Amino acid sequence: MSYSLIITLIPILPLLGFLFIALSGKRLVRGFASLVACGSVFASFGFSLALFIRLLNGAEPFQVTLFNWISAGLFNATIGFLIDPLSSLMLLIITGVGFLIHVYSIGYMHDDEGFNRFFSYLNLFVFFMLLLVMGNNYLLMFVGWEGVGLCSYLLIGFWFKNQDYNDAANKAFIMNRIGDLGLIIGVILIFVHFGSVNYSDVFAKADTVGTSVLTLITILLFVGAMGKSAQIPLYTWLPDAMAGPTPVSALIHAATMVTAGVYMVARNNILYSLSPISQELVLVIGLATALFAATIALAQNDIKKVLAYSTVSQLGLMFVALGVGAYASGVFHMATHAFFKALLFLGAGSVIHALHGEQDIRKMGGLRKHISVTFLTFFIGVLAISGIPPFAGFFSKDEILAHAFEQNQMAWVVAVVASLLTSFYMFRLLFLVFFGKERASDDKMHHIHESPKSITIPLIILAGLSALGGFMGVPEVLGGSNWVGRFLSPVFSKSAELNAEHHLSHTTEYVLMGTIVVFTLVVIALAYSRYIGKAHVPVAEGELSGVHKTIYHKYYVDEIYDSLIVKPLYWLSKLLDIVIEKSGIDKLVNLAGDAVYDWSKIFRLVQNGSLGYYIFVMVIGVILMIAFSYTR
Amino acid sequence: MKIPIEYYIWLSTVLFTIGVLGVLFRRNAIIIFACIELMLNAVNLLMVAFSSYHNDANGQVFVFFIMAVAAAEVAVGLAILVMMYRNTKSVDIDILNRLKG
Repeated sequence: MSYSLIITLIPILPLLGFLFIALSGKRLVRGFASLVACGSVFASFGFSLALFIRLLNGAEPFQVTLFNWISAGLFNATIGFLIDPLSSLMLLIITGVGFLIHVYSIGYMHDDEGFNRFFSYLNLFVFFMLLLVMGNNYLLMFVGWEGVGLCSYLLIGFWFKNQDYNDAANKAFIMNRIGDLGLIIGVILIFVHFGSVNYSDVFAKADTVGTSVLTLITILLFVGAMGKSAQIPLYTWLPDAMAGPTPVSALIHAATMVTAGVYMVARNNILYSLSPISQELVLVIGLATALFAATIALAQNDIKKVLAYSTVSQLGLMFVALGVGAYASGVFHMATHAFFKALLFLGAGSVIHALHGEQDIRKMGGLRKHISVTFLTFFIGVLAISGIPPFAGFFSKDEILAHAFEQNQMAWVVAVVASLLTSFYMFRLLFLVFFGKERASDDKMHHIHESPKSITIPLIILAGLSALGGFMGVPEVLGGSNWVGRFLSPVFSKSAELNAEHHLSHTTEYVLMGTIVVFTLVVIALAYSRYIGKAHVPVAEGELSGVHKTIYHKYYVDEIYDSLIVKPLYWLSKLLDIVIEKSGIDKLVNLAGDAVYDWSKIFRLVQNGSLGYYIFVMVIGVILMIAFSYTR
Repeated sequence: MKIPIEYYIWLSTVLFTIGVLGVLFRRNAIIIFACIELMLNAVNLLMVAFSSYHNDANGQVFVFFIMAVAAAEVAVGLAILVMMYRNTKSVDIDILNRLKG
């Protein structure tokens, strides 16, 4: 098969899967629907792997142009795909993790009446996500970007009979819309200043336009990334998005879609490297988000909410990497994060499944013995996210922290605090769920069961990836070769030239690494003594006080947004409704109607129904016309 | 002996005027109908006359078309008259005033 065909098939297969399942609806046997869905994603994974191996052997990036999409005046956009190391790695994550989550969903959703609908949405999501990362121009990326937003909306509100879930879906969609506005303005500015929306044209001319223009463009693009990747101030939708089924949280709101912002910034690395102000902004927002979300996660009691805030925090860490110009490290962390966060979410889903829908960690505890596979895999995920060597998170997080230290030591301190908090709340979660007394009701404990194979096998595979995934980026100081960094280097080569290289000495790196690991272990010990030694269980909401209460209520950010933005908007629209709509436009429209009505009262008398009269008028008219034509 | 063209003009003017007046002042639908035909044929007559006067066949061709269209119109018109009679038992057009505004 030719490579252009393979590249075309990668996104087309999930699309066909979506069309097939969606159009056949409930008539399709469930087993067959899931087979089609998983099969199409798996085939895409196979093709992605083929391309990846080809690139690994030193092939040039693949460029395929399918056809001219929009051509209007100077504006030109094609449907074309670009497969370079960055998008190839993304393809593997999307299709690979996506496939595992598809398989997981078979078990998780087996008695849901919307089974087929669920799989059709999942396939549609994979299609749009692939479009996002494969497109060779901004417009195609934007299509994918909007498409995944749509799928996210559909899947958060998957159980649409619950109004809270619909509200969460709306919130996600509207929040993303704010970001997307920034993104599309950025793309328009790119076209205005570069005369093209193709990556290759734009990047080639990146240093020809002024820094101020680039800064504006990159900040606008970053606003898009803030929305999609849940950064301050647009992050509040992500925790609410946990209303969706757990596989959705794992696939969309942890592993793939939310990393679109990271991908986009990494893709535009040259533009960011050329505008230090935007880089600074990315760094600051990333740090703030990482720390802020990590503190919120400390006090949450819903197993999925903890993971959601942890995702926000980890995304912040990725942006820290991008902000200090360590693009490869950011992408590396994105890859390992995809493994362990998908694993943690799926593990959480398995716990929820075992307890028949219980999500409150205060009502769990002691589950270790009952669902041992879930426990072991979840434990690996927690170790990976906490950055315990040699699990995946250690290498990627360490690389980010090292690069942060090179650039800005304050940033390093904040990032380290955020990652220590991460270790604390993850172990808090682990201890509360799997250790200690069994706090679930007897009824639930009676029915507890390990999840079926379709759930546990993806967990085991992801646990393997979380444990070993870090070895694709072992830093030189530990005797590795940082393979992933070298693989991605062609994409970031131009930025690497711009960013001054100051390497840390090996001793400094050892010290940093050692410090972090030791602190992490101390934090884990703290969590152990609090939640296992003293068997502390979070108290009910009413008994909280002071800082703890503020954090439990997520710093009241939702309430602040509500009173600062939502309420005034409602008030303003009410005002406009009364002033402009009711007494302005409505009056005008009614006036037109009334005028016609009143005039017609006079004119209808002309229609008196007598034929003789009509004919008379007609003849008079004809005579007048003739007379008129003579007088001219 | 050649009949002057003015005679034809006067004849068709008279015929046309009779037709118009008939349409205006008669109430019997059939008479009105006949008057319409009278007007049509007054025009036809004039056209044939001018056609011959100018030695141009175009006018006569037009007349054939007008006759064909008039025949079709008569078919429709008479059908309407029949329906009108069935519904009102009369052909008096003053009865047909139900379409007033």
